[in-house]
Amino acid sequence: MSTTFEFTSDNQKIFQTILKKYPKKRAAMLPTLHLAQHQQGYISPDVEEYVAELLEVPVVDVHEVITFYSLFSQKPMGKHHIRVCNSLACWIRGCDQVKEYLREKLGVEDGEISEDGDFSWESVPDCLGACEMAPMLQVDGYFEGNLTRDKIDEVIERKKRK
Amino acid sequence: MPIVKLVSEYFGNEEARNLKWRLEHGGYEGARKMFREMEPSKVTEEVILSNLRGLGGAGFPAGRKWSFVPQNTDKPKYLTVNADEAEPGTFKDRYILEWDPHRLIEGIIICCYAVGIHTAYIYIRGEYVRPFERMQGAIDEAYEAGILGEKTLGQDFKLDIFVHRGAGAYICGEETGLLESLEGKKGWPRLKPPFPALVGAFGCPTVINNVETISHLPNIMMKGGQWFADLGCERNGGSRLFALSGCVKNPGVYELPLGTPLRELIYEHGGGILGDRKLKGIIPGGTSAAVLSADEVDIPMEFESLARAKSMLGSGAVIVLDETVCMVKALHNIENFFAHESCGQCTPCREGTMWVYRILSRIVDGAGTPSDLETLKALAENMSGTSICALCEGAAMPLRSFLEKYPEEFEYYVTHKRSMVEDLQKDSVLV
Repeated sequence: MSTTFEFTSDNQKIFQTILKKYPKKRAAMLPTLHLAQHQQGYISPDVEEYVAELLEVPVVDVHEVITFYSLFSQKPMGKHHIRVCNSLACWIRGCDQVKEYLREKLGVEDGEISEDGDFSWESVPDCLGACEMAPMLQVDGYFEGNLTRDKIDEVIERKKRK
Repeated sequence: MPIVKLVSEYFGNEEARNLKWRLEHGGYEGARKMFREMEPSKVTEEVILSNLRGLGGAGFPAGRKWSFVPQNTDKPKYLTVNADEAEPGTFKDRYILEWDPHRLIEGIIICCYAVGIHTAYIYIRGEYVRPFERMQGAIDEAYEAGILGEKTLGQDFKLDIFVHRGAGAYICGEETGLLESLEGKKGWPRLKPPFPALVGAFGCPTVINNVETISHLPNIMMKGGQWFADLGCERNGGSRLFALSGCVKNPGVYELPLGTPLRELIYEHGGGILGDRKLKGIIPGGTSAAVLSADEVDIPMEFESLARAKSMLGSGAVIVLDETVCMVKALHNIENFFAHESCGQCTPCREGTMWVYRILSRIVDGAGTPSDLETLKALAENMSGTSICALCEGAAMPLRSFLEKYPEEFEYYVTHKRSMVEDLQKDSVLV
């Protein structure tokens, strides 16, 4: 079970450098949450409490922020997380088939984690900003485009090796 | 019209993001010239003369925006560079961030000197991981080389630039939503006035400009405002990055003079329609813009002409729709985006975008009725001009224009419970 969250000593140092960028402590909210999610993989309730204490704001303010922004996850994700763009250009170029193939290949639905824990995927309504390579997705944040079945196979194999 | 390369000169060049190479290829020369020859007020005058418009979507003249910032104030002033490009179809700023980050840094130096700013934030959307890394890498290099910091380019001028990552919210591209987000809150847009030039980030005077806008400044300093104005057309200086996508052979970013006809972008630079099929519609400025029909393909791409066509140049994102695209499903896709991205602050937007999406979902599922089309038209009217920011209007514009320009497809769908056109997926690359 999860214990009380705390930044590693390296991340505590990074947190101190983040604070120096802003005239007000609360402005460090998004970078601090990114750092916490990078460390733990998702934002659990104890992360919310920890960040609230660091930034001297009520816990509800942190909760409001993590539920507002789509990149903060309140539940664990796979070791590698895939986000499939559904915006107009990607839809025109076949994002529905990308999702169908991921479902088949990973054996899990949108929002679920594969049995081996290596992958999770989700379909996002936002435009990820790479329409020239539609259909596209991002895996661990990085863009992969001009998707075909072969390309998806290659991306997943490459990630598995890491 | 010929392709011009004012900000896209080094796109695709693997060396251009390295400071050493960039310094050998004109990097920071515009800012150096400015420090040598110009007072801050003269810089703003040149930018006003250049007719540089805000290239994020709204098209507000950049120099005039700066001139609203008070000269004599005890408060610190800030620049926030809007790199939260998230309008569907838009990906041009990503190219600057990834390929030529030093051009943006140089532009930031110029703007900050003109307005008397010593702290700048670049707000990059959270999904842009590689652009963030490249931008941060370039800033680190610039600090090490003494280009940024206590003595900017060796001058008696202090400047710090910080990169701030967003976390996935379209609304944060709206300038006051961006400020709220920068301050660590959810991105709810603010009522204006007061405008950010007076009360912006942390309650202080703030300039907010788009990445592309700022990136034009080095050339304007080198060659003058008049030179830049002459490149464009009336009241639109210089060039524009167009992000072309959808049913075209060569999607990508093309830098063209303002006023270039859509036809030229699509058929010459973009290589024409996929499979040489028939053009059906064009979205000329991101999905918030009203769709243009195929016979409007000769409209020049500049702010005023598109406004006359009841659409807009917006973010310069051109999405091409051909005869195989079902316009009902395309609108359904667009409105799904707006329903998801409405921040929830204003009732007409929060409720309106959701209603529109639900009704369109019902139609697409084959359960729509002719009266649904009347409801949709009424919603488009009721959503217009009723909210704090432009998101709601951005959802109403495509709704109104799709219904007006392709009524036969909507009527067919609600009558026959299926789409009038062939399933567009037959041409997918995956098959």
